[in-house]
Amino acid sequence: MRKTILFFLAVIVWVLLAWPFSPQGGNWQSMVVGLGVSLVVALIFGELFTESAHKFLGFQRYFWAIYYLPVLFYACLVANLDVAYRVLHPRLPIRPGIVKVKTRLKSKSGRTALANSITLTPGTMSVEVTDDGFLYIHWINVQSRDIEETTRLIVERFERILERIFE
Amino acid sequence: MITFIFAILVVCSFLCLFRISRGPTPADRTVAMDILGIVIVAFCALSTVLTHQDYYINIALAWALLNFIGTLALAKFLEGRGFDE
Amino acid sequence: MRQLWGYALILIGSLFDLFGCIGLVRLPDLYNRLQASTKCVTMGTCLILLGTLVLIGFTPAAGKIILCLIFVLITAPTAAHALARASHFSGISLWEGSVCDLLKEDREQ
Repeated sequence: MRKTILFFLAVIVWVLLAWPFSPQGGNWQSMVVGLGVSLVVALIFGELFTESAHKFLGFQRYFWAIYYLPVLFYACLVANLDVAYRVLHPRLPIRPGIVKVKTRLKSKSGRTALANSITLTPGTMSVEVTDDGFLYIHWINVQSRDIEETTRLIVERFERILERIFE
Repeated sequence: MITFIFAILVVCSFLCLFRISRGPTPADRTVAMDILGIVIVAFCALSTVLTHQDYYINIALAWALLNFIGTLALAKFLEGRGFDE
Repeated sequence: MRQLWGYALILIGSLFDLFGCIGLVRLPDLYNRLQASTKCVTMGTCLILLGTLVLIGFTPAAGKIILCLIFVLITAPTAAHALARASHFSGISLWEGSVCDLLKEDREQ
């Protein structure tokens, strides 16, 4: 199961790298080498790949992932304009600090995606992730020290969607 | 147009080099090197546009990989732990 | 028209890169610098790669550009997280104007 999924992912990456299709017939030697290398990679590294392979088969997860992209892009854009304002302002309007938030996500890949999304969104950067579901966040403009309040402000909007993708 | 964008990226690289030379701690220098690596990926993409040669993209891909692995190794080194944890 | 969109994306991306690098020089301590520069430079480089994709069109290099874009988007925040964690563990403290440091308080307990 894991090995099959890793095989397909490796073939996709190979096709993107080598692009063996062309209008005049294509390059079938390249495709054969790619399939062979993907098979070897899948047989050797299949056990290390993922913990929960059955999640790759739920198709509504891909739908929510596609829905997640514009949300993340909008948050990125706001984050960049926010950083530009803070950096170009002559008096540097920052109140930095490290706060603590709690997440409901259980799976490791979900927490990784949440931490990366937090790093890309306005004014926040994840510093430490603990095993029992707490994230320590460096916030450039601290508005509150309370766990509930910070969770509502930072984590909530991504957690709703990431729960549907990764849980 | 493309020359102007190259000039902006050169200014970015010099700001990163300023932080590498002036950074008070080793961690600051590591941050600036990480950022310089990502700016160099942007340079490679722009070279593709300027010269219409495809192979600069291969350089960008390899540079992004090596930059990530190098930054992780330096972070582990700063933390003071072994490399296989 | 396609040329115009491509150059607009590249110009916006390079301006974001410039803001990130100005933040790298101006902001007072490591965590703020890491925060500002990682956000802006990741987004700027992704926009420059997107603009390149729009300009060169659907050629064999397009797949590599998409791969490079996904790779930068995944690895840059991960590297920033690893660096922030490592420097906090190695004892680099926050700027003196900081409001709170709950991670340090929790670790001292």
